[in-house]
Amino acid sequence: MELLVAIAIGVMTAAGIYLVLRQRTFPAILGVALLSYAVNVFLFTSGRLALDMPPVLVGDEYATGTYADPLPQALVLTAIVISFGMTAVVVLMALGAYLSSRTDRSDIGGEAESEARP
Amino acid sequence: MEATSDMLPLIVALPFLGALLPGIVIRAGRDTCTWFTLFPTALALLMLLLHAPGVMAGEVYHWRLDWLPGLGLDANFFLDGLGLLFAGLILGIGLLIILYARFYLSKNDPMGQFFTYLLLFQGAMVGIVLSDNILLLLIFWELTSLSSFLLIGYWNHLPEGRQGARMALAVTGMGGLAMIGGMLILGEIAGSYDISVILQHKDAIQASDWYLPALLLILLGCFTKSAQFPFHFWLPHAMAAPTPVSAYLHSATMVKAGLFLMARLWPVLSGTPEWFYIVATTGLITMVIAAVIALFKDDLKGLLAFSTVSHLGLITMLLGFGTEAAALVAVFHIINHASFKAALFMTAGIVDHEAHTRDIKRLGGLRHLMPVTFVIATITALSMAGIPPLNGFISKEMMLKETTYAAWAGNPWLVPALATFGALFSVAYSFRYIWHVFMGPVRDDYPARPHDPGFGMWAGPALLAAIVVGIGVAPFVVEPFVNVVAGAVTGAPQDTHLKLWHGVNAALFMSIAAILGGALLLASHRALEAGWLRAGPPAAKAIFDAIVGAATRAARGLTDGLHDGSLTRFSAIFVVTVTLAGAIAWSTGEIGAPSRATLPIAIVPLIATVLLVGATLCLVAFHRNRLLALVLIGVVGLTVAVGFAYFSAPDLAMTQLSVEVVTIILLLLALNFLPRETPRESSGARRLRDGVLAVAGGGAVAALAYAMMTRDFALPSISSYHLANSYKGGGGTNVVNVILVDFRGFDTYGEIIVLGIAALVIFALTQTVLRGAGGRFLESQGRPGGEAGDRHPLMMVVATRVMMPMALMVGVYIFLRGHNEPGGGFIAGLIVAIALLMQYMASGFAWAEARQRVPYHSTIALGVLIATATGIGAWFNGVPFLTSAHDYFTVPGIAELHLSTAVAFDVGVFLTVLGAVMLALWSLSRMARRTGEPVNVEPMDVNPAADAASSREG
Repeated sequence: MELLVAIAIGVMTAAGIYLVLRQRTFPAILGVALLSYAVNVFLFTSGRLALDMPPVLVGDEYATGTYADPLPQALVLTAIVISFGMTAVVVLMALGAYLSSRTDRSDIGGEAESEARP
Repeated sequence: MEATSDMLPLIVALPFLGALLPGIVIRAGRDTCTWFTLFPTALALLMLLLHAPGVMAGEVYHWRLDWLPGLGLDANFFLDGLGLLFAGLILGIGLLIILYARFYLSKNDPMGQFFTYLLLFQGAMVGIVLSDNILLLLIFWELTSLSSFLLIGYWNHLPEGRQGARMALAVTGMGGLAMIGGMLILGEIAGSYDISVILQHKDAIQASDWYLPALLLILLGCFTKSAQFPFHFWLPHAMAAPTPVSAYLHSATMVKAGLFLMARLWPVLSGTPEWFYIVATTGLITMVIAAVIALFKDDLKGLLAFSTVSHLGLITMLLGFGTEAAALVAVFHIINHASFKAALFMTAGIVDHEAHTRDIKRLGGLRHLMPVTFVIATITALSMAGIPPLNGFISKEMMLKETTYAAWAGNPWLVPALATFGALFSVAYSFRYIWHVFMGPVRDDYPARPHDPGFGMWAGPALLAAIVVGIGVAPFVVEPFVNVVAGAVTGAPQDTHLKLWHGVNAALFMSIAAILGGALLLASHRALEAGWLRAGPPAAKAIFDAIVGAATRAARGLTDGLHDGSLTRFSAIFVVTVTLAGAIAWSTGEIGAPSRATLPIAIVPLIATVLLVGATLCLVAFHRNRLLALVLIGVVGLTVAVGFAYFSAPDLAMTQLSVEVVTIILLLLALNFLPRETPRESSGARRLRDGVLAVAGGGAVAALAYAMMTRDFALPSISSYHLANSYKGGGGTNVVNVILVDFRGFDTYGEIIVLGIAALVIFALTQTVLRGAGGRFLESQGRPGGEAGDRHPLMMVVATRVMMPMALMVGVYIFLRGHNEPGGGFIAGLIVAIALLMQYMASGFAWAEARQRVPYHSTIALGVLIATATGIGAWFNGVPFLTSAHDYFTVPGIAELHLSTAVAFDVGVFLTVLGAVMLALWSLSRMARRTGEPVNVEPMDVNPAADAASSREG
């Protein structure tokens, strides 16, 4: 099972990197979104995988082995909400740039100019 | 003798507190402003003088406060003779300067600002001289650099002012950085950062291998601050400042900070050959070179600036001799120099103020026009030249005598000869100040008709001139004081007799030679000047500018090479760097064998993985069709949510699910304005490069994740603590929620603030875009519409209305159970936001907004405020910020109720999340309205009820 999760993280990261390296803003936003999924899942797995052991206390049982690790979950929970905030800011920046400059290219000058030529 | 005085910190704090006033009370007029500046200074001086009798009796006053004891940084102050002298100079001359500045500054100069800067500087200087902790001293040291930057650049409309200020900051700031290093070494050797402790460890410090580095670094700080060669060049350029600043900073106080520190650390640093050769030589060179340059300066303030540099060199040299007698002369000359030089600067300012020029070539004959100024300037300039019976004569005589005892590399006449040579030039430029400005015939081409200024302007320099004469005629008056201060510098009691007449000795002959030679030099000034100009001495400013220019170019080249503004470029650099760093760590580090049994692969997760990987690959393949890409990323997000649920993280699953919904809505709204397709524009090679980078990065992360998951924790996790104490300490069984609102409440508090800020940023961005070119572009585009027949379909409106109360109820339920079951403020906030968003989608944002009372900004603010109030509430229980309290109540007839302050905190989280999400989406909808999208009156396109009513009427 660990292998499957690792593959999922890897594929999402790779796709995220590839999209971030595109020259238009929208794919870059999608790339950032994918990267945040990957990072969140990665952080989550640092508590190791556990099946059917949600960290909700039952009775007087407090032992570590009987519950999933709650700490990464708490960290990831806020990370998910914050990544929404980040995505929203990036979207607005992209939108603002597009509306103000009439182009959704992320690179003006520099590398893009040389590569944009056919 | 030791004593404690609670007034010490007040003396330091008063100027800082006073600095708040002038900027405000300037509205009440310039005189009021001056009074409010004089008052804190005078009060501080008074408090200082109250200590004077004790200090004269040999008392040392202390005041201690532990600030950051772990770092050795404590707010410790002490006052001994040396501190008394300097603090007295700073505050006393400060008073005169404030009075002088009142009349010097013109009506157009912002006086409130000036006095604020001046008091800031004053406070920082007093802080330096009273600190008993070298780290504290460093803080004040840097503060003087900053405040003097503001003062030198006060006339910021003048390029010379700005350049001079920058140069002063660069040079003294660089020295300050070096000094931090030296002070830290010194503190490490002595084992304490307290000056009074360090002063006890002379032997340990001088025996240490680190003595020389520490000495060099500290001296670098002192020499830059006190404008010693080769760092002397910033001081003349700082003369672009208003004259009160020059008189205050560059004669009496700031440039003496370096001297002060050398004197303060004299007992532990001096006495070694290194000290003698570095300090005495630098001082001697500075004294001679600056005196020579000063003679050829036509700018009055330039002449005085170089003469100041020269006198600072003289004092440095005396301290460098390392004998107690020389240190005493240094102290005495500090007093004398401050008195005559501040007065001279003020007279230069008066001349400039009245004649509208400070060019010596355009002046002359002023003695008839400005008799008062002439008298003051003559007395003080003669003192600078070392003419009896003025105070400058006594200290110069004593200085020359000390030089006869100093053998440089076994050579007994080198130092005295050079010192006499410097003194000769000193006499020459002093005479020139009198002769070429005040003597000679009255001219008829002054830029303005000079006359003596009002009493307020000449009162200060006149008082100083009186002191110059007083000390000269009756040196026994200051004798006890000089002995006490010298005792504080050397650490041994001093009993030197100061007198005007020293008898016929070598020093007298050197003095006579200097005076005669100086007069001769002045007589042949014209010829010498021609030679000087022909020789064309190197301009320090050009060298400085070249160095700064080269540094700037190098920095710019590096920065532009890495960050040329291309997002893709530095993303690529980032990916490569991180991947390489990971690869290096992986190949050089040790990784143990897998220590954890893996879970068997089940069929459902396998299908989910295939779905997720498939959707992600499709996303990459079809990302040019943006709507399709959105659908695919939705699939990825939902699969991740399901994965969280599967791996025992119900809270995460719920959060991910609701965030996914709002994210997709957000992106859909944004896509409304953006192009629908991404053009294909990358070359094949570029795509290959990006593909390689992506596979390398992704592969590395996957390998790392797999390696981590197949191994146990290297160190015991703190999670067991959270599990064990969640119910007992936090009163909740949902450990994740208890961690969020209780154990790690402070983190969460920070997160909601960040979220709120992000939402406000979005609002501000929208505002800017709409006001600028973006808004005009939107208007010209017109509404995108025409793609869907119904904008507000009947079915959707009715369905969302029905769902609204249900969704709200679910939100409340999720919120309330959050402490014990999966749920909580974050998730509830998102659910309620989705419930509201459904109304917005069904009937349009404008329609919904018109029915909504509370602005989202306030929702965010209220949320943060509630969270803060909950946190502060803990203080009233005598526990730290955000410590939660909880108890169980039984409400008759309902159930046992568990109340925790964490619930109130969670309300804050809930409101902030709700407000932030709504504000972000609302901002986007404002853009749509700008395209001219009509605002519907009816909630839906086809409203049967309204139609029926209208048909009845019809």
